[in-house]
Amino acid sequence: MSDLPATSAVAAPAEDEAKELAVRGRQEPREISARADLVLRIAVPTFVLLLTVLAWQLYVVFAEVPAYILPSPVAVATALWTDWGTLYPALLVTLKITFTALILALAGGVALAVLLVQSRWIELALYPYAVIMQVTPIVAIAPLLLVYVSSTQTALLICAFIVAFFPILSNMVQGLKSVDHNLLNLFDLYGASRMQTLWLLKLPAALPYFMAGLKIGGGLALIAAVVAEFAAGSAGAGSGLAFRLLESQYRLNIPRLFAALILLSVTGVAIFGLTSLISWLSLRRWHESALKREN
Amino acid sequence: MSSAAVAERPAASTRQRPVVSARNVSKRFSNGTLALSDMTLDIMPGEFVSLLGPSGCGKSTALRIIASLGEATTGTIDWPTSRIDSRGKPASSIGFVFQEPTLMPWRTVFGNVYLPLRLKGQSKSASRERIMAALETVGLGDFAKAYPRELSGGMKMRVSIARALVTEPAILLMDEPFGALDEITRQKLNDDVLRLWHEAGLTVVFVTHSVYEAAYLSSRIIVMGSRPGRVVTDMPIDSPWPRDEGFRSSEDYAALSRKVSDALQHAIHQTGEAA
Repeated sequence: MSDLPATSAVAAPAEDEAKELAVRGRQEPREISARADLVLRIAVPTFVLLLTVLAWQLYVVFAEVPAYILPSPVAVATALWTDWGTLYPALLVTLKITFTALILALAGGVALAVLLVQSRWIELALYPYAVIMQVTPIVAIAPLLLVYVSSTQTALLICAFIVAFFPILSNMVQGLKSVDHNLLNLFDLYGASRMQTLWLLKLPAALPYFMAGLKIGGGLALIAAVVAEFAAGSAGAGSGLAFRLLESQYRLNIPRLFAALILLSVTGVAIFGLTSLISWLSLRRWHESALKREN
Repeated sequence: MSSAAVAERPAASTRQRPVVSARNVSKRFSNGTLALSDMTLDIMPGEFVSLLGPSGCGKSTALRIIASLGEATTGTIDWPTSRIDSRGKPASSIGFVFQEPTLMPWRTVFGNVYLPLRLKGQSKSASRERIMAALETVGLGDFAKAYPRELSGGMKMRVSIARALVTEPAILLMDEPFGALDEITRQKLNDDVLRLWHEAGLTVVFVTHSVYEAAYLSSRIIVMGSRPGRVVTDMPIDSPWPRDEGFRSSEDYAALSRKVSDALQHAIHQTGEAA
């Protein structure tokens, strides 16, 4: 590391109380240790991953495990490469269902949450149904949905939506209700309209809760998209990764099954990373959850 | 600080009409507690009135009713010198400082002070000058871009005061604003509030449970008793201005504090007999 950060000369503000603030988080050693920490956080898991893959490969080769029981990493990589023409469209289908469901769940969850907190009556009338939708096992609804909607894709989308919707709704309701009462008083005092209170106070105050809902909802949308496809059993063109998984199993094409599995894992990790990044970006300036604790 | 100007300040002449006038105000909470009983009080322009009393004496309730944050169960609040808007509140606004800073953590100091103006539909560019002026008066001109979490407790309270002052209110209501601060910060902020009061010609109603704070700041102290909350004594304070470090260590101040403390003890004792 040659590019050590220059010592920042911080002008002490006139106010005594302010000194602590200006100096906070700008010392050299802390930045170095932060960078070393980052390197460690990437290097250690990567090393463990490589080690595991190597052990797996050696085990398969030396124990002479047949490919239909446990394929070697090389075989899985080969399958990923040669079957890309089959797997890639399936991945796109799964991604499309997952993200469409997530976006609809975000829009619907936030809109319904805003509606629910407007009046106690609306909440009393609607909230139980949101709960019922959530607690009913999604796999049980899937066959029924197939009867009602014409395309499998739509059925899958509805399933993924229902699953992702609830955590966003319940988090959002909680967030909208957790606004500091004195801030509400303050908005009252200055004659804020309902719209202004919602837009300038309630929604920003609920943002951390929304982000928690987004992280949970994102992961659940993918899981639901896969589980629903197992249950709904799509086939042929336009089927997603879950169908390819099942198909590979029937044909005892285990390397391809592993390849599809890896694609699903990577997608899940990517969704988690993306939602965490969005959460961090939107909260890093002010919310405790995005701040490093310094004592 | 010209002491001549200061000396004239508390002379709230009786010919003037009050800024706000409470008539027989009572408040009963939904659980049946009588929080405030039959309070009648006129706040004259330029006064620094402290509501002093033990906890549960209804002083905060009284302040909230004046701010129309709560409805009086019986009695009326009048604003004889202000135009009244459609919602029954005075058009010239009220500044309110809560016990906690009550800042929006997702907004910068600037954004927090801008809030009252924004809610009145004023653009950011048009408000910039007033916001910066308000921040300068509380000594936070350099911290407009900071977020509340980066500030100390005293600084947050200053932001809260700047926000209350940015609308140039007819009256500044402060609800135990410095109760959570350490003694040194508290004295400093007390001095700042006195300076602002006198420089801007404010009218202040200040809720506190500290005898020393009330004696130091006020031109008039309303001592309140509890169960039910009510006004026990209304004492004008005629100690000279300016009040500063010299006043704080003076014989005068000690005598005044004793007098106020006795009045408070009397109010509490009365309550004890009633209970």
